[in-house]
Amino acid sequence: MLPRIERRRELDHRMFYLSPVLAVALTIVTGFLLFLAMGYDPLQGVFHFFVSPLLSGYGLAELGLKAGPLILIGVGLALGFRANVWNIGAEGQLTMGAVAGGGIALALWGVDGFWVLPLMCLAGILGGMAYAAIPAFLKARFDVNEILTSLMLTYVATLFLSMLVYGPWRDPMGFNFPQSRMFTESAILPVVLAGTRLHLGVIVALLVAVTGWVLMTRTIIGFQIRVVGQAPAAAAFAGFSRTRMIWLTLMTSGGLAGLAGLFEVAGPIGQLIPVITPGYGFTAIIVAFLGRLNPLGIIPAGLIMALSYIGGENAQVEVGTPQAMTGVFQGMLLFFLLASDFLVRYRIRLQAPGTPAAARAEAPAE
Amino acid sequence: MSSEFAFVLTLVTVISAATPLLLAALGELVTERSGVLNLGVEGMMLAGAVSGFAVTVSTGSVALGVLAAALAGMLMAFVFGVLTLSLMANQVATGLALTIFGIGLSSLIGAGFVGIPVTPLPKLHIPVISSLPVVGPLLFSHDALIYLSIALTVGVAWFLKRTRWGMVLRAVGESDESAHSIGYNVIAVRYLAVVFGGFASGLAGAFLSLSYTPMWIEHMTAGRGWIALALVVFSSWRPLRLLFGAYLFGGVTILQLYAQGAGIGVPAQIMSMLPYVATIIVLTVIAAGPWRARLDAPACLGKPFRPAT
Repeated sequence: MLPRIERRRELDHRMFYLSPVLAVALTIVTGFLLFLAMGYDPLQGVFHFFVSPLLSGYGLAELGLKAGPLILIGVGLALGFRANVWNIGAEGQLTMGAVAGGGIALALWGVDGFWVLPLMCLAGILGGMAYAAIPAFLKARFDVNEILTSLMLTYVATLFLSMLVYGPWRDPMGFNFPQSRMFTESAILPVVLAGTRLHLGVIVALLVAVTGWVLMTRTIIGFQIRVVGQAPAAAAFAGFSRTRMIWLTLMTSGGLAGLAGLFEVAGPIGQLIPVITPGYGFTAIIVAFLGRLNPLGIIPAGLIMALSYIGGENAQVEVGTPQAMTGVFQGMLLFFLLASDFLVRYRIRLQAPGTPAAARAEAPAE
Repeated sequence: MSSEFAFVLTLVTVISAATPLLLAALGELVTERSGVLNLGVEGMMLAGAVSGFAVTVSTGSVALGVLAAALAGMLMAFVFGVLTLSLMANQVATGLALTIFGIGLSSLIGAGFVGIPVTPLPKLHIPVISSLPVVGPLLFSHDALIYLSIALTVGVAWFLKRTRWGMVLRAVGESDESAHSIGYNVIAVRYLAVVFGGFASGLAGAFLSLSYTPMWIEHMTAGRGWIALALVVFSSWRPLRLLFGAYLFGGVTILQLYAQGAGIGVPAQIMSMLPYVATIIVLTVIAAGPWRARLDAPACLGKPFRPAT
């Protein structure tokens, strides 16, 4: 029996949704083997990485806290990826959103008012959008590759934030630590679950995901995004503007990343510091793919990737595994997902040698 | 005499800063000429950097270290090849996965090697010639990887332009269907090109951790893999122009280091932005300028190919 690979006549929809499940399962199995090879108790390792964070209320609240920014950014990126616009600089847009919104918080330091927080959110969104406008303009006007420009700008944004907190925005009473003043109360997001750090941002993230789903599936704009990505020639024929799609998707993903950045500094952090994200902007790329570029699918995908952060910390404390396990698991998961997706488009058949005629008869006409 | 000496010394550091860019970009150039876009350069470089460092520290042999780095890069590239060439995965997504995985894996392996000193790659010393003024330090006092990077550039230029297999590689990148129909194995050629890309990126990583800054630092490539990708566009997929581009960027890197050292009143962070901003400017000039260099991109770049059965 020789395995034979055939292209499916049409995409296997069941496999399309099973593929992420398969990828997660393969990641856990490989994780087990990896823990074993590194000399840790593999059962303990897998338990503390993937299971025990889910067993406490605190763990679940932290899960929501970390899933929030991943979902927000992931929804924006998914819109772009659908239209073949590859914004991989969300990390930089997140940083600039935090700088813009955090700048408002520092400017209004000590000012009391219900309007402070909404103003900060607006600034966060605009900051992220303005930063995403650079690759959008260069792509739309000169056809410069947005992958490279958005990524280069991430390094620039990190340096910019560092310059501010080491320089003009440094807390005068902060013993020379590179950090801004702590934001005052009116500039801090309200906690939605007493006793935890879970703040309003997670609810916004869920609303954004639902809105994104409605946009993609129920509006003409969503239809245009999908056509531009899947069949550029047809889109051009139908008069859908590619330039408009570039601007639309980069502004959306930039604005959402900026909001996510503002939520980080106005939420769990409460001030500006040189490093405000453990790579949410990059992890959200995996979230987008794991969620099948579907805004609703991005909710569970965001929770799973949030688990990789919390599980990594938890396993570090409980089993002593290195912190870098999180990154390894995240990369592995995306590899397995991309590999599993092969089964969406192709099928593997076992076939007795010497009966090629039967197989040929079944082969799809291409 | 002393200013002349300082000038030569500056040029030597420029060569040093340019070499990892040149090696990584050269590998990617060959990969892209075969029609495959591998965005995982950063990840492959990191795999090379950490493997080279770890093996050198563990065995005491820097030669084994360089070998390990090359193998690590090739292994990473092979994984990319399996996913994109055999399993038809999206090349952009797989390249990003390779980078994310490379960053994670390298910090996992490197965790035990932070802050450990290593004997750097030895400078080749040729009696008499290396002691010549100006020419000696400028041309005859580098380590083996620097000479290798230049030899490899010339070799790749010759291979692509003058050899039969170089022509096959270009044919596969320009028109996979035609290359397939006249009997060439498109997938096999692309595998070889992708693995060569990993080999060169691995060496670039080894140069970083064993020569440029002989130590292991987490994510020590700091975006060089992405700058290398931009350099390939800058060179319009030509090896000798790539050499020029890499040395230009080496110059920018050193310029900002000197400016920081001179303390010209600009925050250090602004100076550190320079290589990244320069990359964006160069990409824009290339795309907008009268040369229309991007039209030289291999016609099948990034497109999947599966032979009809």
